[in-house]
Amino acid sequence: MTRAKPEDDEYWNSSKFKAFTFDDEDDEFSQLKESKRAVNSILVDDDDEDEEDVERVSWSGEPVGSISWSVKETASSIRSGSEQSFPKIDTTPSLSKQGSGYSLSSLFKAKSKPGAFQSFSESFSDTSSRTYAPELRKPKSGGKDVVSDLSPEETVRRMQKGRAFSLEKFCSLQDKLLLLDEAVAVYDGNVITAVLIFLKKSLSKEILFRELMARDVALRHYVHYLKEMGEQKLVVELLKALGRTEDMALMHYKEHLNIKDESRRRDFLKSCLSLPFSQDDATHVQDHYTLLERQIIIEASDKKAVAEIFKKFPRKASILNMPIITTLYYSCFYHYGESEGTFSSPSNIRKTFRISEKQYILTALGARAKLKSWFDVDSLFNTKNWLGYTKKRSPIGFHRVVDILHKNSAPVQVLQEYVNLIDDPDLKLSGALKYKCHDIVINTYRDLKDRQQLIVYREKLERDSPEYRKIQELLNNVQIRWKN
Amino acid sequence: MASHLFCGRVNLNILREAARKDLREFLDKCSGSKAIVWDEYLTGPFGLIAQYSLLKEHEVEKMFTLKAGRIPSAAVKNIVFFVRPRLELMDIIAENVASEDKLQPRDVHILFVPRRSLLCEQRLKEKGVLNSFTNIDEYILDLIPYDGDLLSMESESSFRECYLENDQTSLYHAAKGLMNLQALYGTIPQIFGKGECARHVANMMLRMKREFAGSQTQILPVFDTLLLLDRNVDLLTPLATQLTYEGLIDEIFGITNGYVKLPPEKFAQKKQGEGGKELPTEPKKLQLNSAEELYAEIRDKNFNAVGAALSKKAKIISAAFEERHNAKTVGEIKQFVSQLPHMQAARSSLANHTSIAELIKDITTSEDFFDSLTVEQEFMTGVDTDKVSTYIEDCIAQKDPLIKILRLVCMQSVCNNGLKQKVLDYYKKEILQTYGYKHILTLKNLEKVGLLKPQSTMRNNYPTIRKTLKLWMEDANEQNPNDISYVYSGYAPLSVRLTQVLARPGWRSIEEVLKMLPGPHFEERQQVPTGLHKKRQPGENRTTLVFFLGGVTYAEIAALRFLSNMEDSGTEYIIAATKLINGTSWIKSLMDSPEENLP
Repeated sequence: MTRAKPEDDEYWNSSKFKAFTFDDEDDEFSQLKESKRAVNSILVDDDDEDEEDVERVSWSGEPVGSISWSVKETASSIRSGSEQSFPKIDTTPSLSKQGSGYSLSSLFKAKSKPGAFQSFSESFSDTSSRTYAPELRKPKSGGKDVVSDLSPEETVRRMQKGRAFSLEKFCSLQDKLLLLDEAVAVYDGNVITAVLIFLKKSLSKEILFRELMARDVALRHYVHYLKEMGEQKLVVELLKALGRTEDMALMHYKEHLNIKDESRRRDFLKSCLSLPFSQDDATHVQDHYTLLERQIIIEASDKKAVAEIFKKFPRKASILNMPIITTLYYSCFYHYGESEGTFSSPSNIRKTFRISEKQYILTALGARAKLKSWFDVDSLFNTKNWLGYTKKRSPIGFHRVVDILHKNSAPVQVLQEYVNLIDDPDLKLSGALKYKCHDIVINTYRDLKDRQQLIVYREKLERDSPEYRKIQELLNNVQIRWKN
Repeated sequence: MASHLFCGRVNLNILREAARKDLREFLDKCSGSKAIVWDEYLTGPFGLIAQYSLLKEHEVEKMFTLKAGRIPSAAVKNIVFFVRPRLELMDIIAENVASEDKLQPRDVHILFVPRRSLLCEQRLKEKGVLNSFTNIDEYILDLIPYDGDLLSMESESSFRECYLENDQTSLYHAAKGLMNLQALYGTIPQIFGKGECARHVANMMLRMKREFAGSQTQILPVFDTLLLLDRNVDLLTPLATQLTYEGLIDEIFGITNGYVKLPPEKFAQKKQGEGGKELPTEPKKLQLNSAEELYAEIRDKNFNAVGAALSKKAKIISAAFEERHNAKTVGEIKQFVSQLPHMQAARSSLANHTSIAELIKDITTSEDFFDSLTVEQEFMTGVDTDKVSTYIEDCIAQKDPLIKILRLVCMQSVCNNGLKQKVLDYYKKEILQTYGYKHILTLKNLEKVGLLKPQSTMRNNYPTIRKTLKLWMEDANEQNPNDISYVYSGYAPLSVRLTQVLARPGWRSIEEVLKMLPGPHFEERQQVPTGLHKKRQPGENRTTLVFFLGGVTYAEIAALRFLSNMEDSGTEYIIAATKLINGTSWIKSLMDSPEENLP
């Protein structure tokens, strides 16, 4: 590689052509680095034995020579910057003539002509014949095939084999449909699509749609083709014409995934509301829109919020596009206790999005426990009965409540209270054991009159701790009639 | 080179050689030095066919991954693009070609895998670069030999295309692949099938055969029977957690193109004198196939039987190493030394698999795994499939990965022949609220392919299917299996049961159940040229090719291998599939914008 002279540099820099062969080293380096990074992200070195080897000349080893590995290797060999870090290549293939005499392609493909070259000659093909078909293939060299007067069968066969063909002679609707049916009959998607492109150009939309409705396979290929080409509008139109309005609505809705800007996304979702979704989906899409609208408002105000809680626990990420449960959690974390009138209050969100009591309690519990607001946790489960006594009630099992509290490192006193509320005695005992609520364990064993277990448990405790002494007292109590 | 392909009943290396020959022919067409620009996706599948050495012998000097902008500089005569026929790739190629240096022209070629596409060529034309290509060709890579008894099309989105998007292109490729296979291994006299796609593939094959009637291959048929199975005939099996060793490796770490990437901590090289060497941070990549003796032995075992097999192997190996003390004469020592490489390979193989087994064990012994498996087994035995499962509910509340939730909900739906409207609505609401409304699209997709559905007025026929086909075996023997149900510790994969019954006593015995499963079932016969009729020796097994349209799991493969090896089975199986799948990769392929949902 020769280094370019300064004036050359100037030329290349000022010219709209980018120097290709005389690249600047830095540029090349960064480019390759990037490429290597891309390659590395998917490929892994197979062989960690030879890691230290700088230059690898032997490519024959099975794992070392794997293709994916080698892509990376050739990329890095250039990076080293040496003139030709790649080993000299023996141009006489040593293996190529061995092996089986079978060739897959020769079985079904016509042998391609030497130098055969295919192009879509449309308006400016190198011959003078005017064609409508975009997919006309003409051999660059070799005798001119007679292509103008072929049956649908022959034409399709030629298309399949990659030989020259012409679709222009299929003028009448009937001929065109025969051609389409023939293409469908050979199942070759490639050929079907080519014929469809021809029909799309030469038939009116209405007629094409009408004919496709009676041809299921062709129709599927057509929809697929339009999707591939990004002709969203036409697909929507087609689906509408087919009466597949729900598919159409969902397809339109799906577009929102490609919109990054939140205001535009919100407006787009709003435009989806009138689409013919199924009843359920209509509700979900409405919720989706309302949620994003709400999130945009909350985000705008919380971004500059100065309340104590935001200083103490700075927000890690924006709330935009988060699921509703995450949004509720956020609201329970930052906006707990706000009146129902505000958009950001948990109660408003709960009501607007019809969140079940179970989900609400779980979410609020998680958020308040995270903040160690045990008082809030407490009041979540308080219910007053008609006599005015408060009683603890939960739509989720108290064993789950305990798990969540423990995950948020609640102190033993708090845990103990909720372990005590677990209905199922087995769950209660296992919870108490798991979270070391000694009193509960001891009392349970006492109630079970299980002396053996008490003795076992005593051994796990610190000598002379209050719990230890408690067990001691129980064991010495002669009035208890132990079962063992 | 590819020893794993020789070991099966059918020499699949013929197929590989044919593919390699084609590749060489194409490379030689572009004479002179060349650089290959790869569609990243293809490097994996190509790795199953050829090593870099083959390319190098044909003057491939550089390789790059396809990306926007310019191709990195390389002093070569040719630039060759290896790409799938996808429009978005055409745009990148056009950009690459347009920014080629006009002063130093290089020949540019494009090789479409597995088929050229008029649509793509049109796109290249629109971009004004079509005329820059010296060669535009296709490389037919339909069925790739994956292992001694296994072929895969490695077509990731095949199930989605066939059952969701109604795009049957991959079925066309499957039919083409089967024609290629017959050209190499002889006409397959009998074709059975179940399902719409199976019917479609059979139709295409029969038509193609008529068209090539003139070029009958004069090869003695290797396969006796072809069985085409639609994945949607058996939606249940891939949803269940596979419990074979290989199946679990795939479930937990994912096997791609025969390779697995593992967390490196357990594989730290203990080299002497390098005490302070840091732990590797790059994942450990291992190739998994039957060329590795130990792996071939344990891959299809139920995981609970793997530990015993490993420790047995360890004893054998250490005994072999102990032999050195007995080697007294020079000859004996020489013989011992000659065996050393083999023994060392066996030892490192053992070390690897012990580490992998430990990694898996950490997971299979976790409470989470156990709970989830319990629920799966309850569903499969028909327990409480008509109510909301509190386990699923809890998983949603804990925001477990969405795919796990979807797998379980779909399984419940399949095992109940649809969920009660109320139950379905409840799950949907919980999922949308917890994971985001955009998953309306994914839920709709699952409904379209039949994985999730409301209960129709028809009665739940799953119990009948389960009982008739004996899909649940109470006393599955994990250590010394006597039935295919060992691969799921109790559940016998429906697809493999169908295969088993077909071989004996025949599908006529299960007409009723076949009618309950979706799609037609059929039988076709293909004329075999006279003189090529196989004369079976008494006691010789039949060979059946089972083709899974829409993907196959490793556990199903294990079950079929188990049937092949059964003493009195009378049939050996070769397996083909559009792709090797597991519940996770399968559900993921049906999601819209799945990348955002992964934790």
